[in-house]
Amino acid sequence: MIEIRNLKKSFDGRTVLHGIDATFETGKTNLIIGQSGSGKTVLMKSLVGLIQPDSGEILFDGRNLPTMTSEQISDLRKEIGMLFQGSALFDSETVLGNVLFPLMMFTDKSHEEQMERALFCLERVKLTGAEKKYPSEISGGMQKRVAIARAIALNPRYLFCDEPNSGLDPRTSIVIDELLSDITHEYGITTVINTHDMNSVLGIGENIIFIKDGYREWVGDMTQIYNTGNEALNDFVFATRLFKQVRDYVATHESRTPQR
Amino acid sequence: MGLISSLATFGRYCLFIKRVFSVPDRWAVYGRRTVTEISKLGIDSIPLVLIISVFIGAVITIQMQLNIASPLIPAYSVGLATRDIVLLEFANSILCLILAGKVGSNIASEIGTMRVTEQIDALEIMGINSANYLVLPKITAFVLFMPVLVVLSIATALVGGYLVALVTDLISVNRYVYGLQALFQEWYVWYGLIKSLFFAYIIASISSFYGYYAHGGALDVGRASTNAVVSSSVYILLFDVILTKLLLQ
Repeated sequence: MIEIRNLKKSFDGRTVLHGIDATFETGKTNLIIGQSGSGKTVLMKSLVGLIQPDSGEILFDGRNLPTMTSEQISDLRKEIGMLFQGSALFDSETVLGNVLFPLMMFTDKSHEEQMERALFCLERVKLTGAEKKYPSEISGGMQKRVAIARAIALNPRYLFCDEPNSGLDPRTSIVIDELLSDITHEYGITTVINTHDMNSVLGIGENIIFIKDGYREWVGDMTQIYNTGNEALNDFVFATRLFKQVRDYVATHESRTPQR
Repeated sequence: MGLISSLATFGRYCLFIKRVFSVPDRWAVYGRRTVTEISKLGIDSIPLVLIISVFIGAVITIQMQLNIASPLIPAYSVGLATRDIVLLEFANSILCLILAGKVGSNIASEIGTMRVTEQIDALEIMGINSANYLVLPKITAFVLFMPVLVVLSIATALVGGYLVALVTDLISVNRYVYGLQALFQEWYVWYGLIKSLFFAYIIASISSFYGYYAHGGALDVGRASTNAVVSSSVYILLFDVILTKLLLQ
């Protein structure tokens, strides 16, 4: 579990995070949502230690990130997997090389064992057969899946995903969402996903934190989101006609369903 | 304001170098990466070094002959002057200025692209010292291989002069070869090699620094690459003066 308490961050006198409180639960897909510029990327980068917050606590199962020494942060990061918006695969390595990379750097396993684990991870993301290809030779969706395979290679306790569906077509987005959700439940990972993809919000949002102008505006799950009275959240999630129709359909459907 | 900015950049460079020169996470990986970098930065530079050296050697020989042609100066002076110019300045300083363009821009753009595509962030989040992982093999490889490039450059430049003597009637081959051997000072070779080690370090470390702190997009990577080449060149020239004063006086 990851807990955030009163997290604040400013840049050049402009406050981006105004004392955020949140809990990201283990074995669940935790989503951070919000408009561009709302502070969710800063929150995500603070969570993984790429940005030092001005004040507040970030507790990884009780271990407070902002007060850790660099060695402790280095150790913690070995428990973290991260999926970047642009995949951030190493161009000079093949697909297999990318997945093998963390295993080579952080395990004392034999080469055969490392290969076995890497191939298992690639199989898990349904990329068997693409081992020898380079990132530039595969599609954006495949790159995301390689990045997921790399992120889970060391059996992380925490998985962070920064806009995993960015630049992907709707069908591939659903595949990535399902994969992240399955992996989270299968391995009991604390997964935190930063997104503004409404399909993800309504499809895999087990714990959703809505950020607006640097404040935590709303917390709930994908079922509660349909009935929320929060105007800002409604405007954000149901901004398009399609999603408004979905909400209306769900509301009508629920009202017709006999209460037990 | 400019002074404060320069000091801040220098301070940042020092902190960067401190991170670069820490103990590698995995020696085997470091070794493999160093070998790869020797191939990429060193061996891949050999064709450029050979082409430039042979032509410059030829040009120096022609210009020497045309400019010092006098009954008071012995004809073998052309070979001697060509040799000393190549040993003292061309095969180390000028060659490194050229390599600052090729290798420096290569390093800065590679690391800069890794920065803007979040590959460096990915390394950091894995708990890897990215500066050490990416930069130390480059510095080691280039410093180790630079003497090879210098020796190749010396040999090829002298061959360039030899070809001029062979195919033109400006100077006879015998006099050119005699000039190459006359009044030879071994220290000049060591002087050139020592200078080249400093220059190799300057090119690799400064270019890596600019690439590592690139941010933004393609334009910023290009800017970082340009800054890397300009700064490396200026520092090569500065250290050329300092090292010449220290080593030759």
